[in-house]
Amino acid sequence: MTTSSLPPTARLALHGIRKVYPGVVANDGIDLAVAPGEIHAVLGENGAGKSTLMKIIYGVTRPSAGEIRWEGQAVTVRDPAHARELGIGMVFQHFSLFETLTVAENVALALPGRPELRELSRRIEEVSARYGLPVDPRRTVHALSVGERQRVEIVRCLLQQPRLLIMDEPTSVLTPQAVEKLFETLRRLAAEGCSILYISHKLDEIRALCHSATVLRGGRVSGHCRPAEETPASMARMMIGKDLPHCEHGPAQGGGEIRLRLAGLSHASDDPYGVDLRDLHLEVRAGEIVGIAGVSGNGQQELLRAISGEERLAEKHPVQICGAEAGRLSAGARRRLGLCFVPEERLGRGAVPALPLVDNGLLTAARGQGLVRAGFLARGKARAFAERCIATFDVRGGGADAAAQSLSGGNLQKFIMGREILQAPKLLVAAQPTWGVDVGAAAFIRQAIIDLRNRGCAVLVISEELDELFEICDRIAVIAQGRLSPPRDIGEASMEEIGLWMSGLWPGAGTSAPNTAGEAAHA
Amino acid sequence: MEGNLFTAVLFATVVAGTPLILTALGLLVNERAGVLNLGAEGMMAVGAVAAFATAHHSGSPWLGVLAGLVAGAAMALVFGFLAITLQANQVASGLALAICGVGLAAFVGKPYESLALPAVPPIRLPFIADIPLLGEALYNQQALVYASWALFWAVLYFLYRSRAGLVLRAVGESPAAAHAIGHPVVLIRYLAVAFGGAMAGVGGAFLSVFYTPMWVEGMVAGRGWIALALVVFATWRPLRVMLGAYLFGGVMVSQLFVQGAGLQIDFPSQFLSSLPYLATIVVLVAISRNPATIRLNSPLSLGKPYRPDA
Repeated sequence: MTTSSLPPTARLALHGIRKVYPGVVANDGIDLAVAPGEIHAVLGENGAGKSTLMKIIYGVTRPSAGEIRWEGQAVTVRDPAHARELGIGMVFQHFSLFETLTVAENVALALPGRPELRELSRRIEEVSARYGLPVDPRRTVHALSVGERQRVEIVRCLLQQPRLLIMDEPTSVLTPQAVEKLFETLRRLAAEGCSILYISHKLDEIRALCHSATVLRGGRVSGHCRPAEETPASMARMMIGKDLPHCEHGPAQGGGEIRLRLAGLSHASDDPYGVDLRDLHLEVRAGEIVGIAGVSGNGQQELLRAISGEERLAEKHPVQICGAEAGRLSAGARRRLGLCFVPEERLGRGAVPALPLVDNGLLTAARGQGLVRAGFLARGKARAFAERCIATFDVRGGGADAAAQSLSGGNLQKFIMGREILQAPKLLVAAQPTWGVDVGAAAFIRQAIIDLRNRGCAVLVISEELDELFEICDRIAVIAQGRLSPPRDIGEASMEEIGLWMSGLWPGAGTSAPNTAGEAAHA
Repeated sequence: MEGNLFTAVLFATVVAGTPLILTALGLLVNERAGVLNLGAEGMMAVGAVAAFATAHHSGSPWLGVLAGLVAGAAMALVFGFLAITLQANQVASGLALAICGVGLAAFVGKPYESLALPAVPPIRLPFIADIPLLGEALYNQQALVYASWALFWAVLYFLYRSRAGLVLRAVGESPAAAHAIGHPVVLIRYLAVAFGGAMAGVGGAFLSVFYTPMWVEGMVAGRGWIALALVVFATWRPLRVMLGAYLFGGVMVSQLFVQGAGLQIDFPSQFLSSLPYLATIVVLVAISRNPATIRLNSPLSLGKPYRPDA
């Protein structure tokens, strides 16, 4: 251990935790200690063993070896219920809420005993007011935005008065202002004596929030540090074992032909809880990257479907791809115009879970790459294409015959990005291109997107990660409540301004914002 | 005369609907926990023969009902072991249970074939049974008919007012999330499956001890399948299950009356016999076609095996 000897009263101490899955050692000899009132970061790439370790602490799974001490006592955490009895709460990355139930019912499910719903609703309102986490206990979860759902999860944990709160990548769905608000809440909790384990790969956030950090690499502890005394580069080095690759981002060439034009795109969503798109205008030219920022659930999905052709429009002209009016064309026809597309959901939209990577490669690349001859599959060529994606984008796990669902999220994302980029599209539309991908791979994907732009492709990136958009985009626009802001050159835009726009408050945004600007009002 | 006919049809409708209600409400709870047990037909058959044999030997119809309940639950637990513990495919295991149950009932029931039990007298509720037209039909019924109404209220209260029901619905929507917040998913699913089997067994017992107090092979006659379909078409809502069951019973009884009356209509009797199925499906589909309410009421993880990793 590199830190000075820890106080004997560590709230949680792990010694030599080891977890073996068939074929994989997920955790190996992990030591970790969290003091009361400490915000402790657990930092690591995908597959470094962070999630496994948290599952062990929360009793979802048992360690193969090692000791867990809680308040100085050796314990075996039998299951999550036992963890909560001990005073351990967890906010999951993929929320563990029940969509068909109300907020109050969701909270009631996690509390011991038989709380009376009306009394519970009062307590929810009390806690949410106290920590600045507004939620309405009567609403059904499926109608809530992602940010609101996260608040429900946090409130649910807080009602159990935990002494250790585990937060798994909590900021991925929040605006910068909401992140700041969340940090205030966490700091207040810590000041009251609650310990917090904060899992993230966002180095800036960890530096701003956490008192100390444990870095994992390949299932082992690769270092301890005090984030405030480190630079993002030095922490990244601990995390990936080498210097963080840096994106080479030349100036935009500009002046290229228009490859994507949205000309007054309006579309009413079929989903009763979806967002209607209202009069969107945007142009993306060859040789530039345009980013669309926004908190999820503000029309991104609907916009993507309207562009990709998954949802056909009533008219032809609102979506123009490479000069052709494509509003009524199918997804396949749009791809023939030169569109390549990376959806947000990897499994189910981006890839067929049960099919091997070879076949998943075929699905979008068959036509452009000549993987089909006279209606028959050219197996050898398809395999070569899949292997080229795997080699170029360093996709790890099983090779070309591995089923898509057997890959980790980050590796599958690399494969899908590779599949689309290697088709040399004229227009690439990518949603959350680095979502859940570790820093090393994310930098690689971003570089690949920039290289693609430099070769004259037009790129539209829709992302919730502002840092990412600021790193790669030439121009940036914001989507909020189904409306699109005018784009801004990246040199003239600031994080604060874009953050504010994400609440629907850009100049000339109209007057309809207040009733639907939920995130804004809360943030 | 017309009044008597109305009362007679209503009376028969309630009787015909009762085994469906008992079975379908049990299956509804079963499926709300996310487990699809297609073996209802087999569980009803085994329940029916167990109830008949017990009632025959003991002379007590109530011991018979108890035996039906236990036999149905036992069958369901066999299914539960396959589908929950071993995570076998629920559709295949359920179908196997249905076939196995029907065959087992025929085998066990051989010595009882064409025996009969003394009819159990109905229970006449004081005062309300005197209501003209309705009273004789609704309140001079077998005890199990009243029990089916009580079951309806109990299921309604359990699902929507009790914490246990809330947990059950949560398990049916997302077992992984329910496990993560500390609910014993496997235990809850076992209990739900056992309850579904027990109610199917009671449904079978109603057939062989009260409805037609005798044992004949094949006497369940597809009611298990109808109960399964009712639950789906009623979008897992108890009131609609009741409605569907009585609708089915009503059309079934009415077409029998029409056929029995020997009216000289030039109408194929096969069509009349298929009417109850058609009418039930058409009506339930028509009232349950709002996608949002279906989404809110259907157990999202229905049929998907789940086991918490060790």
